[in-house]
Amino acid sequence: MGTLGGAGLAAAACGARTLGMEGERRASQARSSGLPAGGAGGESPGGDAPLPGSSGSSALLQAEVLDLDEDEDDLEVFSKDASLMDMNSFSPMMPTSPLSMINQVKFEDEPDLKDLFITVDEPESHVTTIETFITYRIITKTSRGEFDSSEFEVRRRYQDFLWLKEKLEEAHPTLIIPPLPEKFIVKGMVERFNDDFIETRRKALHKFLNRIADHPTLTFNEDFKVFLTAQAWELSSHKKQGPGLFSRMGQTVRAVALSMRGVKSRPEEFMEMNNFIEIFSQKINLIDKISQRIYKEQREYLDEMKEYGPIHILWSASEEDLVDSLKGVASCLDKCCKTTEERMSGLSEALLPVIHEYVLYSEMLMGVMKRRDQIQAELDSKVEALTSKKADTDLLTEEIGKLEDKVECANNALKADWERWKQNMQNDIKSAFTNMAEENIHYYEQCLATWESFLTSQTDLHLEEDSEDKL
Amino acid sequence: MEQAPADRERLPQPAPLEPLGRRAAGLESVAGAEAERARDEGPGDGMMTENNFWLKKIEISVSEAEKRTGRNAMNMQETYTAYLIETRSVEHIDGQSVLTDSLWRRYSEFELLRNYLLVYYPHIVVPPLPEKRAEFVWHKLSADNMDPDFVERRRIGLENFLLRVASHPILCRDKIFYLFLTQEGNWKETVNETGFQLKADSRLKALNATFRVKNPDNSVIRRHFRSPLHTEVGGIRDGEGSECCRGDLRNDQRATGKWRFTELKHYSDELQSVISHLLRVRARVADRLYGVYKVHGNYGRVFSEWSAIEKEMGDGLQSAGHHMDVYASSIDDILEDEEHYADQLKEYLFYAEALRAVCRKHELTQYDLEMAAQDLASKKQQCEELATGTVRTFSLKGMTTKLFGQETPEQREARIKVLEEQINEGEQQLKSKNLEGREFVKNAWADIERFKEQKNRDLKEALISYAIMQISMCKKGIQVWTNAKECFSKM
Repeated sequence: MGTLGGAGLAAAACGARTLGMEGERRASQARSSGLPAGGAGGESPGGDAPLPGSSGSSALLQAEVLDLDEDEDDLEVFSKDASLMDMNSFSPMMPTSPLSMINQVKFEDEPDLKDLFITVDEPESHVTTIETFITYRIITKTSRGEFDSSEFEVRRRYQDFLWLKEKLEEAHPTLIIPPLPEKFIVKGMVERFNDDFIETRRKALHKFLNRIADHPTLTFNEDFKVFLTAQAWELSSHKKQGPGLFSRMGQTVRAVALSMRGVKSRPEEFMEMNNFIEIFSQKINLIDKISQRIYKEQREYLDEMKEYGPIHILWSASEEDLVDSLKGVASCLDKCCKTTEERMSGLSEALLPVIHEYVLYSEMLMGVMKRRDQIQAELDSKVEALTSKKADTDLLTEEIGKLEDKVECANNALKADWERWKQNMQNDIKSAFTNMAEENIHYYEQCLATWESFLTSQTDLHLEEDSEDKL
Repeated sequence: MEQAPADRERLPQPAPLEPLGRRAAGLESVAGAEAERARDEGPGDGMMTENNFWLKKIEISVSEAEKRTGRNAMNMQETYTAYLIETRSVEHIDGQSVLTDSLWRRYSEFELLRNYLLVYYPHIVVPPLPEKRAEFVWHKLSADNMDPDFVERRRIGLENFLLRVASHPILCRDKIFYLFLTQEGNWKETVNETGFQLKADSRLKALNATFRVKNPDNSVIRRHFRSPLHTEVGGIRDGEGSECCRGDLRNDQRATGKWRFTELKHYSDELQSVISHLLRVRARVADRLYGVYKVHGNYGRVFSEWSAIEKEMGDGLQSAGHHMDVYASSIDDILEDEEHYADQLKEYLFYAEALRAVCRKHELTQYDLEMAAQDLASKKQQCEELATGTVRTFSLKGMTTKLFGQETPEQREARIKVLEEQINEGEQQLKSKNLEGREFVKNAWADIERFKEQKNRDLKEALISYAIMQISMCKKGIQVWTNAKECFSKM
């Protein structure tokens, strides 16, 4: 299975540098670092869960099928895998728009690749004495062995999603975790929970979980599993496990201290990556703004157009000889209005959410870069300490050794995930804009047909009238 | 050029001009685009009964506009735009055109011409001038009179005005119009010498003129009785009232004529209201459409910048961006074409005003007629009272005689004589007024029918041209987005 194979490869990539594939996997299981499910960052305090047992054999299967022998090929296949995996949420329960159906079809070519299906729906409002909040129903269907059952239904609120994201970030500091929709959008919101907002959020949350499910490493994360399957009380007790407030605070303080020091020298490829991320972030934000603005302008255009047709009807009431022409124009204008509405809804489904997700992704990426830098900074500071202080050299050397591994692991994880992310991004952007172009073509084709049929009717009448005169 | 008779009650007779020729219409405009609209059919058959000096076709064009500075009446510097009017005559055989006249006129001179025509042809729906100031502008359009786009559209509008006048069966024969096209210097003086301003009924200009025409349309008759014999109308209620008057009231044709004018007035109000509403909405729609297109232009810039960091996507992004720029800039031409469409509608917006002017003139004619009839009736009554010695109505004279003694029979005779003379005169006047009134109605109605047909043709064509514009816009859109889609799919 694709996902498992990928997971294996991730482990391979960041684990031992010299071992072959199969050996690597077994060996890396024992380590505290390099566990695909446990996380590539060795220092994650909690969540080092045992590897799912069944994955080993399937990874082997995958390797055989793909006939690998080199590390580099792992990455190639890795990214090939990623391209096979459809990043648009596939869900058996979701009402799909025609556009996402296209993606579904692509997906169904390899049905056996996906073994975890998640849907997010049915937002419900809950009112307590302290607060009001919304929960979403999450249905999970799976054939994986490590799940106790094949179907689960739970309710989660936004806070729970936040918790999950934080856990994933902790466990995999240099993996590109999918972004969550914003906590709240202040601008232009009258009511905190209006229907549009809830629907947009629901879709984004759905995407969030599916992206995690499709991620070769994250999909095996234990917290993820708990999130999908645990009942409310189970989840809260699970949440309480793990590092207390203080240790987390301590971590943050240390991280801040490290970031203050700055990174001495970032490897070349990460400099490039950082550069890309900065520019990408700028551009995607601009595109987001432009797209939102276009939507807004279209809405205002539609509002004015709605008045345009009726005036012609009004006029036709005082012109007996022009009734046909005027009513014809009015009907064309009204049809164009409807088509404009379709165009707008197409835009808001196909383009806007994709662009916006990548805006959030770009923020996420900057966080990932930072975390990577922090891990390296830790190593650097210890190395500095070694060269300056003479005390405890042995201890320091041992620590440095561990940190070097950690840095290497983190870097490799990021590199691999980066390629995967870029590939997905390209596909998503490409299909989003292609869809937008299609929507526009469709819009103009519809309008063209409307006006052409009006024109034909008018010119036919002309001919009729002329021939009548001649008679 | 003959002077119109001083009697303002008679329809002034403008100087008949050697006609410009049968098909003064269909004249090509050197500037091009607006010629379509001016393709009226020529004046109807039988209109050209006078000498046909000009058998050739005439082409009129307003070909240029120029900014000028000069001194105005108060010797102050001013800037204005002058328009070059060129007249060509077309030889039948080979269709070659020869420039016969060319002169410069400014907008105020056009206004003068039109005001003259309004006075001398009150029964004609006189073609309107393009607007003096830009109205119904959407944000990109400038409201400045000196703005080159506005000047250009005005040039076309002025040309259209001249073509309309030249293709009108009656107006085209006017000498002042002919001189407008041919006599550059001194034309203003010539027009003013006609004394048309004096003839102009100031009441016509009164914007809120509602002359209490007691008998505006005989609508009561028409609605309830439909009988030309019924005389219970308005204030003309007296047993022995003017024969002349009542006889005319019985005239069915006249009754329908009056009714038609009220209907026409309502129609022109509706036309004006609906077209101005339409133009307002159109301007707003244009504004919004402009916004939609132009924002897409931003994609072009950002795509181009983004493509710098992308290896595989770079080319696709870059070329797609180019198409976004094309899309964004295409709106300028589209909306410029639409502006011409708006101008076509505006012409009919102003035509509504011209229609109203004819109605108002009719109202005034009716009002004068009724006043004259009333006056006559009261004189007749006075006469009768004097003759029979009965005082039926209150009169100051009656009072004074009671108070201060009766007059002598001689005095009374004298007065009766005077009254009888006046009555005679009055009856003559009333007769001729009636005749004029009926002439007016007949002629006005003929022109209104002509106008209606022109309007129906023109508006239908305008709507069709609007559809054609939309079709062209859609085709452009399809092309741009198909190109863009190709670029996207190659990313």
